[in-house]
Amino acid sequence: MLHIFCPHCGELRSEEEFHVSGQAHIPRPLDPAPCTDEEWGDYMFFRDNPRGLHHELWIHAAGCRQYFNTTRDTVTYEILETYPIGTQPQFVNPAPAIRKGDQV
Amino acid sequence: MSQSNRLPNGGRIDRSKVLNFNFNGQTYQGFEGDTLAAALLANGVDIIGRSFKYSRPRGIFAAGSEEPNAVLQIGATEATQIPNVRATQQALYSGLVATSTNGWPSVNTDMMGILGKVGGKLMPPGFYYKTFMYPQSFWMTYEKYIRKAAGLGRSPTELDPDTYDNMNQHCDVLVVGAGPAGLAAALAAARSGARVIVADEQEEFGGSLLDSRESLDGKPAADWVATVVGELKGLPNVTLLPRATVNGYHDHNFLTIHERLTDHLGDRAPIGQVRQRMHRVRAKRVVLASGTHERPLVYGNNDVPGNMLAGAVSTYVRRYGVAPGKKLVLSTNNDYAYRVALDWLDAGLHVVAVADARHNPRGALVEEARAKGIRILTGSAVVEARGSKRVSAARVAAIDVKAHKVTSPGEWLDCDLVASSGGYSPIVHLASHLGGKPVWREDILGFVPGDAPQKRVCVGGVNGVYALGDSLADGFEGGVRAASEAGFKPVEGVLPKALSRVEEPTLALFQVPHEKGTARAPKQFVDLQNDVTAAAIELATREGFESVEHVKRYTALGFGTDQGKLGNVNGLAIAARSLNVSIPEMGTTMFRPNYTPVTFGAIAGRHCGHIFEPVRFTALHAWHVKNGAEFEDVGQWKRPWYFPKAGEDIHTAVRRECKAVRDSVGLLDASTLGKIDIQGPDAREFLNRIYTNAWTKLDVGKARYGLMCKEDGMVFDDGVTACIADNHFIMTTTTGGAARVLQWLEIYQQTEWPDLQVYFTSVTDHYATLTLSGPNSRKLLSEVTDIDLGREAFPFMTWKEGLVGGVPARVFRISFTGELSYEVNIQADYAMGVLEKIAEAGKPYNLTPYGTETMHVLRAEKGFIIVGQDTDGSMTPDDLNMGWCVGRTKPFSWIGQRGMNREDCVREDRKQLVGLKPIDPNKWLPEGAQLVFDPKQSIPMKMVGHVTSSYAANSLGYSFAMGVVKGGLKRMGERVFAPLADGSVIEAEIVSSVFFDPKGDQQNVE
Amino acid sequence: MTTANVYQQRPATEAKAESPLFHADLQNLIGKGRSNPGVVLREKKLLGHLTIRGNGHDPAFAAGVHKALGMELPGALALVSSGDSSIQWLGPDEWLLIVPTGEEFAVEQKLREALAGSHIAIVNVSGGQSLLELTGPKVREVLMKSTSYDVHPNNFPVGKAIGTVFAKSQLVIRRTGEETWELVIRRSFADYWWLWLQDASAEYGLGVAA
Repeated sequence: MLHIFCPHCGELRSEEEFHVSGQAHIPRPLDPAPCTDEEWGDYMFFRDNPRGLHHELWIHAAGCRQYFNTTRDTVTYEILETYPIGTQPQFVNPAPAIRKGDQV
Repeated sequence: MSQSNRLPNGGRIDRSKVLNFNFNGQTYQGFEGDTLAAALLANGVDIIGRSFKYSRPRGIFAAGSEEPNAVLQIGATEATQIPNVRATQQALYSGLVATSTNGWPSVNTDMMGILGKVGGKLMPPGFYYKTFMYPQSFWMTYEKYIRKAAGLGRSPTELDPDTYDNMNQHCDVLVVGAGPAGLAAALAAARSGARVIVADEQEEFGGSLLDSRESLDGKPAADWVATVVGELKGLPNVTLLPRATVNGYHDHNFLTIHERLTDHLGDRAPIGQVRQRMHRVRAKRVVLASGTHERPLVYGNNDVPGNMLAGAVSTYVRRYGVAPGKKLVLSTNNDYAYRVALDWLDAGLHVVAVADARHNPRGALVEEARAKGIRILTGSAVVEARGSKRVSAARVAAIDVKAHKVTSPGEWLDCDLVASSGGYSPIVHLASHLGGKPVWREDILGFVPGDAPQKRVCVGGVNGVYALGDSLADGFEGGVRAASEAGFKPVEGVLPKALSRVEEPTLALFQVPHEKGTARAPKQFVDLQNDVTAAAIELATREGFESVEHVKRYTALGFGTDQGKLGNVNGLAIAARSLNVSIPEMGTTMFRPNYTPVTFGAIAGRHCGHIFEPVRFTALHAWHVKNGAEFEDVGQWKRPWYFPKAGEDIHTAVRRECKAVRDSVGLLDASTLGKIDIQGPDAREFLNRIYTNAWTKLDVGKARYGLMCKEDGMVFDDGVTACIADNHFIMTTTTGGAARVLQWLEIYQQTEWPDLQVYFTSVTDHYATLTLSGPNSRKLLSEVTDIDLGREAFPFMTWKEGLVGGVPARVFRISFTGELSYEVNIQADYAMGVLEKIAEAGKPYNLTPYGTETMHVLRAEKGFIIVGQDTDGSMTPDDLNMGWCVGRTKPFSWIGQRGMNREDCVREDRKQLVGLKPIDPNKWLPEGAQLVFDPKQSIPMKMVGHVTSSYAANSLGYSFAMGVVKGGLKRMGERVFAPLADGSVIEAEIVSSVFFDPKGDQQNVE
Repeated sequence: MTTANVYQQRPATEAKAESPLFHADLQNLIGKGRSNPGVVLREKKLLGHLTIRGNGHDPAFAAGVHKALGMELPGALALVSSGDSSIQWLGPDEWLLIVPTGEEFAVEQKLREALAGSHIAIVNVSGGQSLLELTGPKVREVLMKSTSYDVHPNNFPVGKAIGTVFAKSQLVIRRTGEETWELVIRRSFADYWWLWLQDASAEYGLGVAA
């Protein structure tokens, strides 16, 4: 069971107090109407599945009812940071090196 | 013959307390302080069960949690049955009843054995793997057979009378294991002031010190244990948990400890006491002092009763005063095992010989044995044992470890006990539960925990530190480190002096060679619990399984409750040799929780019986009970389902309730509907974005029905929202959707539109909601309210404030039945008084309470949907024929708009919600029934929809249903067919889903 | 334009009132059970409960609340009491105010007056909640059986209040004294909590107080 630091309550709490809402930083298109099906499909369905750092949206459901973001290592399950909505993470995965032959 | 193997002296047992117990129907005696295994050995019980696959007789092999054979069923009554108990971990108590889990009809004459090892032939290595390759149906057939033959214990069929619970713990330092290193660590951490928990799986703290020959500060090691435990007990910041196995190491230093509080006291827990407790511990730091398991050597017939782990022999002799034999042959590759021979001598028993695989051992313990005249055969090992139900002899021969060859025929030595020691394996299970890869250390021939992100320290045996003095120091230092990392001041301490002696390295011997080669040699067992032989592992590698995980699954090595405690390293070594790779290249398999079996009782804790789950009640529940309601579970709520009168079944009751609402007036408790208070200058704009329809023009005093979609354009909730002030709304949601909708509003407000000024607060529990519905509802309500209910004064879809039954109320004129209806909202504390007044005033009107069933019927007659019943997350408002509820011209692109405009969502042949009228009015279409256009087509038929709601008992007088049909809205009057499982077919006409009062005249009653 | 609809929700005359634990008939259990129970339970019923929403970072908001209540707006996880009233932090923009029975209407009006012009919300939730007070030397053990939150005095001093998971649902735990704790419970869950607390405190003895 994860131990998650709620940035609003200011302390570590057990995972059971929280719900995860998937990948963080997926903004709703400001005007969805003109989106192509492909753009809309990207927003709706396509998510990263990184090995390493992943930014996730969580809510402290049993506590302060606030949403916030986490940076979690998907290998070790370590949570490197939690940060309020509207702010940016300090820890990010290094950009993947583009190997020869990769389609860009 | 009683306790024939009990030594005259010694052991940490109380010989004045004789305990009777029963094993496989026979009564025996043991002493307080015995484990069940010790008592069985004391009574000379050799055969404890039959093996899983080959049905071979098996005896007690070890003395701790690593015991592979003596895994028994415990329990004196049906209700107190516990499977998978290791006899080596079960303290003896008076009246204990144990039975073998394997070996029908009796362990001594096993039917499967007599019939010629049926099990072995049916289940060659690779059985699991091969079976899974076949279709599912084959597995079902095999499974029955395996379960019966394997007999790995059974659960009780009666209710367990004992209490089990959970306890949440937090500490700065959790010390796992109370052997020398663990106790030293605990001392260091506790003295620093940290909150410390010490857990150990044994009956008492001390670990190896409880049966050690060693002295500390010149006194018996057990004396030091007593002193330390005494000090720890006196500290308020320390929690000591004996009989408590740390079973799982989970994320972020969350560990589970299975404490057996009263398992040592009797078949049932004493009155008022908890039997077992699961501690759920969050530790800032963990000190793993889990110690080591001795490895047995792998040789021919090493499973016959009378073969034992060397250290276990010492434990039985010194800790329990039991001699598990008379004539001992010890086979070893290390110095430390020599203590077993010395202990055996001290007990006045005969050591036939020690076979040491090393050519010229000169360590201190070896010399001591030599000096005492013990015969030592060097460069040798026990190659095979002889005996069917008990060892009668062992052949010791010279071996060449490098060439893996026997180099002399050797000699058969008469003996009844073969003790073997192949070195020591650090118990890395807990350190590996989170995936940490153990690291091979050639100097100790064992895997130790590798680096891991967990905040833990490994000390003592598990850290590869074996000598007693070193282990104490390592433990203390680890305890200091853990406490200081948790924020406490390091302390200094003086540790007791342990004798340090010269010890020579262990020789890398795992499987003892045999002249006939592995395949033809007498069976050499690697994993006794899962009946895996060296030959099976070689076969696996020959068949091409090179990964250790594949070898494991092919052979079952380390499966199940065993988790590779004894066999893991030996199995890896054999696989590595046969693949010609090194052991570290081979690597270990995953170790998974739990370390030893945990009862379901301890896992469930108090979440059982009447407090298994929260049950939610409305403020009016007692009234429903008094009025004879049958209840239905709706989420966690108990809602009245229907109110039967004497002799009524559900159909009769529902018909009566429906009629009462249509003819006069009914009463429904609608308190469970979600209610959300919405305040803020941007509340209206928020509603515009979250609902499909428009809210800009909803005046104060008015209410409107709204549909909510997800971004994909599919309906996910609905309800009526009322404007109660310009910046103030009350939203209602479905009963099941209340929490979900509130979270939905919050996620958009907090993450997408934080600029919108609006707050949401649940008032579901604050208000009780009483619905009066039916043509007489106005007349009835007017008798108990000061609100003007006149048609013009209080029109449909508006709300008013006033007194109802003398209590301030908000009354909404909205309807889910099609009848004139009022929903009365009152602060829940006062609802019962109001209900009683309404019920009294309702008598002349035949006011009839109705439940969810009648509510469902009446709304369906009007074609009103129930989200979750008529929708399934794949229906747009248009699919539901509710396009009227979509604000297509709203300026902001509201949630669901883009989704429902996808090409696929505007197809005309989508499944659409329609009414279904069975041609035979007495036939009832089952909900969920699939629909086809042509019932005569061949199977598989082309399915075109399904029934979502269907009611035989209603106010219409004929059976009707709602369902979805492809292109159904353009197929009015056409026929569909529901072919049912019994072969019959129900024919129905596609009709409008509004069966009752399509023009809405009922709202206009006087 | 009206920002919010506020009305007196309690009846002016004597009306039948049933608190969330009315059905448990606690009155009849007073003094029964083991002597010197490890846990004593009391329902502090029918009090006025108001949820207050607003911007905690806005000094005007804190000042307005202080002006109306005479209590400082508490920061994260804090509980402030004054006489029979208390206010606790629930979230960065949410507080729970508990006042004596019947005072909630006047207090809400006072608050709205003091906070006029600010984006706030005040919601009367009196009917939906109740306070259960637990007192005694074994309350901490009962809490440890029920919540994964650390209730050790080092982590949970008097004056702290937290929302958490309790058994299989959620509630608010407040520590109001050395051996005294309060649970803020939702009405519909009241029976579950009553059953749960009876069970969890059985081994220590449970008493009921008026």
